[in-house]
Amino acid sequence: MAIGTLPAARAHARLPWRARVSELLDKERVLGPLFITPALILIALLVAYPFCMALYFAMSNAFIGRPSHFVGLRNFINLWDADIFRQTFQNAFVFTGISVAFKLVLGISLALLLNQQLWFTRMIRGAVLLPWVIPTALSTLGWWWMFNSLYSVVHWTGINIGLMDPPGPNWLGQKYYAMAAVITVNIWRGLPFFAITILAGLVAIPKELYEAAESDGAGAWSRFWYVTLPMLKPVLAVVVLFSTIFTFSDFNIVYVLTHGGPINATHLFATYSRMIGLESGRIGEGAAISLYLFPLLVFVVWAQLRFVRKQAF
Amino acid sequence: MTAGRTRRGKILTHLLLLPFLLFALFPFYHMTMTSLKQDKELYDRFAVPLWIKQGPTLDHYAKLFRETEFLTWTKNSLMVTVLATTASVVIATIAAYALSRLQFRGVNTFGTGIFVTYLVPTSLLFLPLAQVINWIGLADSKWALVVTYPTFLVPFCTWLLMGYFRTVPKEVEECAMVDGATRVQALWRIILPIAIPGLVCATLFAFTLSWNEFIYALTFTSSSEQITASVGVTSELIRGDIYFWGELMAGAVLGSVPIVILYVFFLDYYVSGLTAGAVK
Repeated sequence: MAIGTLPAARAHARLPWRARVSELLDKERVLGPLFITPALILIALLVAYPFCMALYFAMSNAFIGRPSHFVGLRNFINLWDADIFRQTFQNAFVFTGISVAFKLVLGISLALLLNQQLWFTRMIRGAVLLPWVIPTALSTLGWWWMFNSLYSVVHWTGINIGLMDPPGPNWLGQKYYAMAAVITVNIWRGLPFFAITILAGLVAIPKELYEAAESDGAGAWSRFWYVTLPMLKPVLAVVVLFSTIFTFSDFNIVYVLTHGGPINATHLFATYSRMIGLESGRIGEGAAISLYLFPLLVFVVWAQLRFVRKQAF
Repeated sequence: MTAGRTRRGKILTHLLLLPFLLFALFPFYHMTMTSLKQDKELYDRFAVPLWIKQGPTLDHYAKLFRETEFLTWTKNSLMVTVLATTASVVIATIAAYALSRLQFRGVNTFGTGIFVTYLVPTSLLFLPLAQVINWIGLADSKWALVVTYPTFLVPFCTWLLMGYFRTVPKEVEECAMVDGATRVQALWRIILPIAIPGLVCATLFAFTLSWNEFIYALTFTSSSEQITASVGVTSELIRGDIYFWGELMAGAVLGSVPIVILYVFFLDYYVSGLTAGAVK
């Protein structure tokens, strides 16, 4: 008996403490905040705080290794007056506008095709999605080689099927060709996201709608126009918003393929900001350049919160 | 009659898909071919660039291992990716559970905060983050990447997992709690096992996103012992104006291999995760 009571007594002594903790953990208003604390700390220290720093930097003349002074909005104004920045601004809109438009049209077409009865559904989907999962910096190297001025396979093909005259364009050395090259790679990399997401939207459209339209005598085109497109609208809105923000802020493709050249013809906010902020050390100005992305970000966040989350909850 | 027509339609669909497949796959094919070509064929302007005529060689791969730090870069990538992914999935799992299941003050604000963070592009914050990294003494260290990658992985995984947790019926959890399980036990023994597909998905995406990350890796690390595979291949294999195309392509191919392996095994998770992340 005496031997048996000892562990029991010890267990009893431990119980109140453990019981209290587990009782506390069972309360939602305790467990909830506890569970979000790690994420909250992370976001506060490494997202919110750097963001405030970016705001401060952008309004100062910060330079690597030198004390900085507040200069108000001067960085933003100076940038706006500079030709290179104007060029960057314009590039960003051209790049994003053309890329997103192509990705949308091609994405819808590809999704419609993938939604048909196929022989190797899994393999085809796998192949379509591949550009999206491979490290962009590395696959862009492959494109760089494909656009190489001497050994370009794009050239070789173009000349051999009679689309181009030898010696053919210098893809990455001429303004418009370089932009076309950068846009092509962006479409290549972003198309899977559009196609697969739109495909998910297509699958979710009830079959009855098509049957009803068909019995009303609607042809393939009007079924697409009056049933598919309206039903896809929410998905399309989400995809376009997502893609706009990530295309606008793209860095990898331009950095690897052209470094912003030739003569700044392909610089985007991110690459130009890196060049000014890190390579020339003018952190203040660099931060101001990337903050030009901010109004767009605010718009996309607003639109997403309004349209997307309304559906989710 | 109809069978013949559907068959013809099927063939037509496949024919129409062909240009898309060619566009998607050709760069990889070309990269692989280039990495296996001998230099004399590679730099022959009159050779057909589409295939190998003068015999394949593994020279470029051998050089990559012998003359560059490629192995170190890959090890760095692996270490950063595994640590950042593990930490992020754990943090995101408990946060997603709290956000999708628990009632407490500020739950909606925090949910919105996570979503907004999810949309902030990395290229907006890399300059000030580089300063933060300097202050905490992690300049030019791969640990800087372990610390910063969760900033975009946690919001993404939380968002993804919230969707999965919502699909688990509340009654399942309540049943367990009626039977005497605490809330934490119910999460550990009931919810998480049901949500395993979601956890796999979050892990895969976190792994892929950190393996592919480029701008932070390029900004926060620079010495050859600290950089990741993407940065190593794009910056260390190019010396001045001389490009070693064979080695470059070999590096690009090998640097993608871990992701391709995961991808082949878990294709369906990638497809479902991609749509869940965007639509939910």
